[in-house]
Amino acid sequence: MNILTLFVVIPVLTVAGILFTKDLKQSRLVSAIGMTAQLILSAILVYLYVTERQAGNMAPMLFTFDALWFPALNIHYAVGVDGISVAMIALTGVVVFAGIFASWKMEFLSREFFISLILLATGVFGFFISLDLFTMFLFYEIAVIPMYLLIGIWGSGPKEYSAMKLTLMLMGGSALLMVGILGIYFYSVPTGGQLTFNVLEIAKHKIPIEMQRFLFPFTFVGFGILGALFPFHTWSPDGHASAPTAVSMLHAGVLMKLGGYGAFRVAIFLMPEAAHEQAWIFIILTSISVVYGAFGAIFQKDLKYINAYSSVSHCGLVLFAVLMMNQTAFTGAVIQMISHGLMTALFFALIGMIYGRTHTRMINEMGGLMKVIPFLGVVYVIAGLASLGLPGFSGFVAEMTVFFGAYEHVDLFHRVATIVAVSSIVITAVYILRVVGTLLMGPITDKHFLHLEDANWYERLSTITLVIGITFIGMAPLWLSDMIHFSLAPIIAKLATIQLPGM
Amino acid sequence: MSLSDLLTMRNELLLTFLAMILLTIDLNLNHAKKSWMIPISIGLFLVVTLVGFIPQADQTLFGGMYHTNGLIQLMKNILNIGAFIILLQSASWLKTPANANKISEYFFLLVTTLIGMNFMISSGDFLMLYLGLELATIPIAALAAFTHFNTKSSEAGIKLLLSSALSSGILLYGISMIYGTCGSIYFDAIGAAYANVPLQVLAFIFFFTGMAFKISLVPFHLWTADVYEGAPINVTSYLSVISKGAAAFILIIVMFTVFKTLAPLYKNMIYLIAVLTMTVGNLFAMRQKNMKRFLAFSSIAQAGFILLGILGTNKMGMTSVVYFVLVYIFSNLGAFGVVSAISAKTGKEYMDDYDGLYLTNPKLSLLMMLSMFSLAGIPPVAGFFGKMFLFTSAASGGYYWLVFIAVLNATISLYYYLLVVKAMFINKNEQPIAFFHSDGYTKVGLMLCALGIFVLGFWSQVYEFINGLTFGI
Repeated sequence: MNILTLFVVIPVLTVAGILFTKDLKQSRLVSAIGMTAQLILSAILVYLYVTERQAGNMAPMLFTFDALWFPALNIHYAVGVDGISVAMIALTGVVVFAGIFASWKMEFLSREFFISLILLATGVFGFFISLDLFTMFLFYEIAVIPMYLLIGIWGSGPKEYSAMKLTLMLMGGSALLMVGILGIYFYSVPTGGQLTFNVLEIAKHKIPIEMQRFLFPFTFVGFGILGALFPFHTWSPDGHASAPTAVSMLHAGVLMKLGGYGAFRVAIFLMPEAAHEQAWIFIILTSISVVYGAFGAIFQKDLKYINAYSSVSHCGLVLFAVLMMNQTAFTGAVIQMISHGLMTALFFALIGMIYGRTHTRMINEMGGLMKVIPFLGVVYVIAGLASLGLPGFSGFVAEMTVFFGAYEHVDLFHRVATIVAVSSIVITAVYILRVVGTLLMGPITDKHFLHLEDANWYERLSTITLVIGITFIGMAPLWLSDMIHFSLAPIIAKLATIQLPGM
Repeated sequence: MSLSDLLTMRNELLLTFLAMILLTIDLNLNHAKKSWMIPISIGLFLVVTLVGFIPQADQTLFGGMYHTNGLIQLMKNILNIGAFIILLQSASWLKTPANANKISEYFFLLVTTLIGMNFMISSGDFLMLYLGLELATIPIAALAAFTHFNTKSSEAGIKLLLSSALSSGILLYGISMIYGTCGSIYFDAIGAAYANVPLQVLAFIFFFTGMAFKISLVPFHLWTADVYEGAPINVTSYLSVISKGAAAFILIIVMFTVFKTLAPLYKNMIYLIAVLTMTVGNLFAMRQKNMKRFLAFSSIAQAGFILLGILGTNKMGMTSVVYFVLVYIFSNLGAFGVVSAISAKTGKEYMDDYDGLYLTNPKLSLLMMLSMFSLAGIPPVAGFFGKMFLFTSAASGGYYWLVFIAVLNATISLYYYLLVVKAMFINKNEQPIAFFHSDGYTKVGLMLCALGIFVLGFWSQVYEFINGLTFGI
């Protein structure tokens, strides 16, 4: 069997396995085994990919597999990966693995919880391996719908409202996306040819510019909603704040990346001309996302809301980088996706663990936690420092690359947008350091906190996995950027062919 | 006409035969054994359904009034499968003491309407179409009033009868104008003679209005909710699935053959009606608390989606309509099956009653959730593929904005479908519906639905098979 197909088969088998389990202990064991296998498989994939490239395989997509599914419409089950998708798959593997261990004590309806969680992961994995727009869309929706149950049943706070809002907004996004994808399909080849959903096939031809102008906003905004594009980000803070820990991790860590990845792979790659024309609108919107998200985080008192708004800011930066449309910025976008995925998953995991001990998420009700739970405290500081872009962690590499890429544009508009976006770093520092200061330092405010226990083995496993990821990228970024670099060649070549007026 | 010619009408003949047999058996059963009618009828109906799958050559009878081919046979089979599932789901309701004396009537009336629908789909001229339509409609009015001691049920019967009489009148008026301007009632002859003459356009509009009543398109939908609410649940599911499906089948055939020259003209009209039907159906469905009314309005919205396929006016469009109806039968019957099972056991029909159902009846809740997702068009269940292909066919005509409106409507519909999911899975309830065992018929019926919902989407051969039979303008 094709190695990529295994990424869908293993989760499905895991779900089938969970169906036969009886209680929490069995179902979490089955999930842990399945997702460990998935993590190992991701590592194998990275290894195979790198060796294959070093052996000189220059194909744009590796490990491809193609099976005709609906001949009448020429829908294929087509999979294949390049460096970007491999990186995203590895990220997903890590986050899902950490997520399972972060929900080790999920007592209520545990079977159903793990099933929904792994179904969500199936959708995400499937999305990243797909080359066919139809299956890509299918997996996209599979990834979105379990969120409703996950937040609605196991969430906290206004969970029903948040779950409904999140689901409907994301499905509204897929409405836009559907128009975009169908439009691309009907203009995928010059008149008379066999229509196709295959991304690589479509990229060989130029979609007529009038259609691009019409379809690009649909596609970009459709993916952008998932990537928390202003003003369609409102589902994100509510959704993340209400979701249970593992779901926040997976959602902010991985699912939001579907937006950035899709915007890059589908919207920009297939419609570069229109992307170039209309980029300015979306650059304005994403700059607002970046700054607005950061300011939003300052004013929040709930730890989860702080992190949710910071996700809006960071994911905005991904879309911002994608729209800059040059090699450096694209590389930065991918690194930022990986970096933010690991970082925010770590944050949400820690918040879940702290909440499980203190039973509050309000920062002004907590203080001095470093003294009682030093392990979680230290990891929280690491996550915070990575988030504000301290050198040595992944956040620094990602943001630097993005801003360098953005600064390559010499015109005033891009300069202003870049400076606005850069200012978010300062704001990020404000809210991160403020939280770290009140939450962890100072005197212990509540005598109940004196008897808190530090992290268990599964919590340590979950967080350490993510910390390793963050530091690894921070220390050895070239390795990742090399992997991405090669895969950007097709899109850079395609961008080079279009006339760039006014630049 | 030889005997083998007559065998061309095997579906209709077998069903007629079945209806007669049922009446005869019923005469010979004494009062205590009336419930035997249930397995006998369902068994015999299964035989008829299976016979429908034997391949048959294309043929024409009665000088072109009746014809059959692969596509028509497929449509009949789809309706048969749906009717079979409904019969299974009706069993536990028919066993209740109130229906003890009326079991065979139910089967007889239901089979009779099916005969009408089969003739309607096979018709080669407007006379046969009209006869089939009437034969399909009038027994349903009797079925709707089946629990006649219940005021709402009687009201439903009368309402259905009156509104279909009115729509038949309009339809006939249209047909008479068609005959007046073309000098023929045969589909082939009319199709060749039809042009953009005002009177002929008017005739088309009258015809379409008549059909729109049957499929309950907006603005001809007002009878639907009351009838659906008043009628017994299984009759409601029959009305909203089989009856609607049959009308949609013949409508698309007629639109693609007889009125094909009007296509550029009627597209605008259908565009508007599709938008109205989806939107109005959705907006009303959102506020419903009674599960029957809820499903009624949601089925109005679903009918709007069917129009998207007609709008495609190509082979892809017809394939997607037939495929969608097939998927819709399984999804909607899944939902109706659960509602019917719960109603037969507990008499509860309101959404609030479903609170906390998952903790007591997990299997029913899961099937209900799958059906809801399928109706909303969420993958990986079949409804997603059905909707997706309808959207594709609309997009093939360049109707991107319509696709956008339609998908937005699908999102709105997701809201109220999720309300049911929310009730079952999330809401707390002090006194949830207690756990109960369904009888064998219901179980088989529900399992068939679950199977259909799961398999039809991934099994692309189904779509390809339909695509091999359909045609475009």
